[in-house]
Amino acid sequence: MDLHEAQTRLMASLNDFSHAFQKIPGSEILIRYIQSSYQNDPVRSAIELVLVIFFIRYLLSPSYATHGPNYVKLREDEIDELVKDWEPEPLVPAQTPMEKQEADNLPIIVGPTGPKTKLSNGKTVTNLASYNFYNFNANEQVKEKAIQTLQTYDVHMKTESDIATYLGTQSCIVYAQAFSTVSSVIPAFCKRGDIIIADKMVNFSIRKGLEASRSNIVWYNHNDMEDLERQMQKVVQQQAKKKLTRRFVVVEGLSNSSPSTSSVSAWMKPGLLVFLGRTGRGLTEAQNVDASQIDMITGSLAGPLCAGGGFCCANKDVVEHQRINAASYTFSAALPAMLAVTASETLNMLQSNPELLTQLRENIKAMRAQLDPRSDWVICTSVPENPIMIIVLKPEVVQARGLTPEDQERILQDCVEETLNNGVMVTKLKSLPARQSSGAPNDGTWYIQPAIKVCVTSGLSKKEIEKAGVTIRHAITKVMTRKTNRQSSVNP
Amino acid sequence: MPRRISLPFTSNNMPQTEKTGERRPSTSKGNRLAQFFSGVPRKEQPPAQHALQAMQNSPSITAPSLALPSISLSTATAGEVPDESTTLFEPPSSEEVQNKRRADAQFGPLVHPSHRYVSKHHGDGGLKAPIIDEPPYYFVLTTYISYLLLILLGHIRDFFGKRFSKKPMYQQLKASNGYAPLTDDFDSFYTRRLKLRIDDCFARTSTGVPGRYISLLDRVSHDFNASYTYTGTTTETLNLSSYNYLGFAQSEGPCADAVEDCTKKYGLSFCGPRADAGTSDLAVEVEKEVAAFVGKPDAMVFSMGFVTNASSFPALVSKGCLIISDELNHASIRIGARLSGAVIRSFAHNDMADLEKRLREAIAQGQPRTHRPWKKILVAIEGLYSMEGTVCDLPGVLKLKETYKFYLFIDEAHSIGALGPNGRGVCDYFGVDPAKVDILMGTLTKSFGANGGYVAAEPHIVAKLRSTNAATQLGESPAPSVLMQILASLRIITGELAPGQGEERLQRIAFNSRYLRLGLKRLGFIVYGHDDSPIIPVALYNPGKMSAFSHEMLKRKISVVIVGYPATPLISSRVRFCISSAHNKDDMDRVLAACQEVGDILQIKFSTGVAGGQKLPAGITPENEEQWRKENGLENVFEPPRWPLEEVIAVGAADCKGKLR
Repeated sequence: MDLHEAQTRLMASLNDFSHAFQKIPGSEILIRYIQSSYQNDPVRSAIELVLVIFFIRYLLSPSYATHGPNYVKLREDEIDELVKDWEPEPLVPAQTPMEKQEADNLPIIVGPTGPKTKLSNGKTVTNLASYNFYNFNANEQVKEKAIQTLQTYDVHMKTESDIATYLGTQSCIVYAQAFSTVSSVIPAFCKRGDIIIADKMVNFSIRKGLEASRSNIVWYNHNDMEDLERQMQKVVQQQAKKKLTRRFVVVEGLSNSSPSTSSVSAWMKPGLLVFLGRTGRGLTEAQNVDASQIDMITGSLAGPLCAGGGFCCANKDVVEHQRINAASYTFSAALPAMLAVTASETLNMLQSNPELLTQLRENIKAMRAQLDPRSDWVICTSVPENPIMIIVLKPEVVQARGLTPEDQERILQDCVEETLNNGVMVTKLKSLPARQSSGAPNDGTWYIQPAIKVCVTSGLSKKEIEKAGVTIRHAITKVMTRKTNRQSSVNP
Repeated sequence: MPRRISLPFTSNNMPQTEKTGERRPSTSKGNRLAQFFSGVPRKEQPPAQHALQAMQNSPSITAPSLALPSISLSTATAGEVPDESTTLFEPPSSEEVQNKRRADAQFGPLVHPSHRYVSKHHGDGGLKAPIIDEPPYYFVLTTYISYLLLILLGHIRDFFGKRFSKKPMYQQLKASNGYAPLTDDFDSFYTRRLKLRIDDCFARTSTGVPGRYISLLDRVSHDFNASYTYTGTTTETLNLSSYNYLGFAQSEGPCADAVEDCTKKYGLSFCGPRADAGTSDLAVEVEKEVAAFVGKPDAMVFSMGFVTNASSFPALVSKGCLIISDELNHASIRIGARLSGAVIRSFAHNDMADLEKRLREAIAQGQPRTHRPWKKILVAIEGLYSMEGTVCDLPGVLKLKETYKFYLFIDEAHSIGALGPNGRGVCDYFGVDPAKVDILMGTLTKSFGANGGYVAAEPHIVAKLRSTNAATQLGESPAPSVLMQILASLRIITGELAPGQGEERLQRIAFNSRYLRLGLKRLGFIVYGHDDSPIIPVALYNPGKMSAFSHEMLKRKISVVIVGYPATPLISSRVRFCISSAHNKDDMDRVLAACQEVGDILQIKFSTGVAGGQKLPAGITPENEEQWRKENGLENVFEPPRWPLEEVIAVGAADCKGKLR
């Protein structure tokens, strides 16, 4: 009785269901399809069903593996225990003694920076540590122009065209900070799979740019054009059969951390800046190369130009591409108008006052004469035109005393402090710890010798420069002949 | 927009006008120099104090005027002058009117003293995620079809162009002379084929101070936006496109004076990195003030906000560490994280449950392959997300922090100055002790009208960062003028300088933001983000509506920022209104009226009422709305809000101070 009732009810609901099913548009096609696939062979239908189920499962599963192959499945209470046990390292390690010494002895400027600078300890010292080569910082005309900008604001386009005209390129883009300019120009063009051939000694921001670009990086020995050619040929051979990729050469115009200027070569060339050449138009002029032959020139407005920010000169399309693809342009505020105007103004002054450059060159020569040939302990490794003079310990001194880079750092830091005590401010060349130099070639050949940086300025007379040179030399001699330092030679 | 001009002899604007009179003629060089050299006693005074004296008589920025707002869209200009004289005194001279007009164009006068609100998180515990309303399927579908068409057309044009056209734009996409093309056609496809079409809505060139109003250089394009010809005229528009949160983009006033004095005293640059000889007493002072402001023992400043992030992450974490980053974090955080060498994982935006899941998995599984425990885990979030207008769920994150012992990095690029009763960012907003957050980072570009960024933390962390951070060691130091702007604006916010002004600025931005947000909701727009956010994104969906909206608003003399893919998900193109203290209620009403018109023309009033804005029956307030819905069984029954403009304006000012629904 019960069974019978259930059966009729089942039949009725089945009937309803099939009616409803038939009402769905396309249901006939489905039935026809199943009938034709069945063909009196249930296995065929079963296989099709399996396929359908597999398809649905595939559609619903995430499109990539959520766990690595060695994922360990743990119970919730086990995870809780692990969480409880886990102790993170401190957010930052303690300062090293060297870092602490440097931080404690960091001079703090009171008032404006200039050839003579007042420090927070009350002393006024000769400043050979700022990139104030032409002493534009004290220039009233520049200040006046900058203050007027407080009211006007619209200046970036003018500054960009001024720089482009100055360097002789089609177009220019101004970034808000010099340090990040090249780090973001490189990844805007170089992508995964591209090839970059770079000088081993390129500066930190270029290295970071190279790292961020994820391109394949090939290094060549510093300023060694033969090696560059070798590397290029190697690349050409390796890539012969592959799709043509973009290839870039990255060189630094005037290396901050090492001795000499580069020879201009191939495709792309972020370089440093305006103190070379007859009218200070940088590397291209110094070596008589047409700026338009270089795809991109980057540089800083923050150093000698006393403004702020960086620039990249190139043709129009390359510049426009950066306006939306260079991270530090797109995602950052513009350079303050005041600083943009300053850059325009100082560039203008540099053009109209060529004697500024002659004075600077004279001063560089005078300083060099005091340090390089006369000191028993140090040599100057930078090129004669470079207002940033790099002073390192002589190789024979390093060898005789068995000085490690750390020893050299310590000695040079002492020299810097001793020099400051005698009224001249210079600095040690900053090279970041190896951990952060991951963009550098990792074959163990990359090494920057600790050095003192002396920045010459035209704001001082030749006499003052000579006097400062003597002070530096004597300070170095005093530190080198100190008991503690001599002992290290006896007992290395 | 008629507005009463306060007379220079009776109003509290006097010092400002007076100063202007003093500044104007002094632009000649000789005069300035003489002033510089002879002004010994003035030089002795710190510039900040000098400005303080000047501002002592004016506790409030502007005279409250009781004139009723009336809006005229097409003819609105900044500060029209009513003809009739309001007092027995002589009417102001044309020069004074001009100065007043300029000051008002940069910072609007407050319409009514009640138009203020204290930005603060109400209720305890975590922050509720905002309810996201959705448009009818028709609009979602048409959006997809629009993009499909754009992409298809673009590819067809590229295909034929590269083969048959001699135009230079196609030549650049092809290899020539053995050089691979400088930009991939795939890389630049979006720019060439999608962005270029609406390029005239982006990067409009402006002139002058981007304050309450902004002057755009008029331009036309004869070659479909490939290049522009400037007509030489300008259009003054209401500025809803700058992150000028506290209205410090002013060419006059205490900040500008302080900066001017500072430039005279310090020059223009420190000509070198901080670690060489670029550390000045000014920088030290700014760092001290910034630290005190955000409530941390120590801080350091950088010359660029982007670099602050890009260089801080590598100095904090390295190989063997894990960064868990919100999926909507800014590009600078991503770059910094990428350069650090640490493993990076992301969690769903503001989703605490997802963050917890990731943390548990990370700690349980350890490092990939080796299963060694992570050295440390750094969670990076932003205080206020600039594309979404959402505030981070700080209480929620801190609760997880107690259990999972990660370090917390908050990027307050947008929230510093813009949130909290004292403008001190998200910690202030939620009433949380800043000591609970390990690293507070922020930019000084937006709220402070300066440039650069800061990192604030415990002294030992800052000391180590100073030694290992690339930007301090090698990057340029902030310019003196920038440092002074930071110092002056900070002191105004804290009330040290021009007391009362800072408070007014903070409360005005909070009021403006809430008022406009509520108004837009009531008009029927889908508005994203949290209630107190000064960034108000309104959903537009179809890509064509982005440029249409921008053009329509420009016609009504309002400049806005439109954002679409890839800055947002593909379908949710949006317009962002960036609110400032420099705006007043009249400005907000003008925006509402314009939106009302444009919203009807473009059909973008999609709201279903889920996210609020519905007109409630008499006696029901947003506070007891939930209970009323429960009692009447209306939990999921919403009426699409489509209020008439007049009503929105009439009751908005009072309603926006309660719960926003």
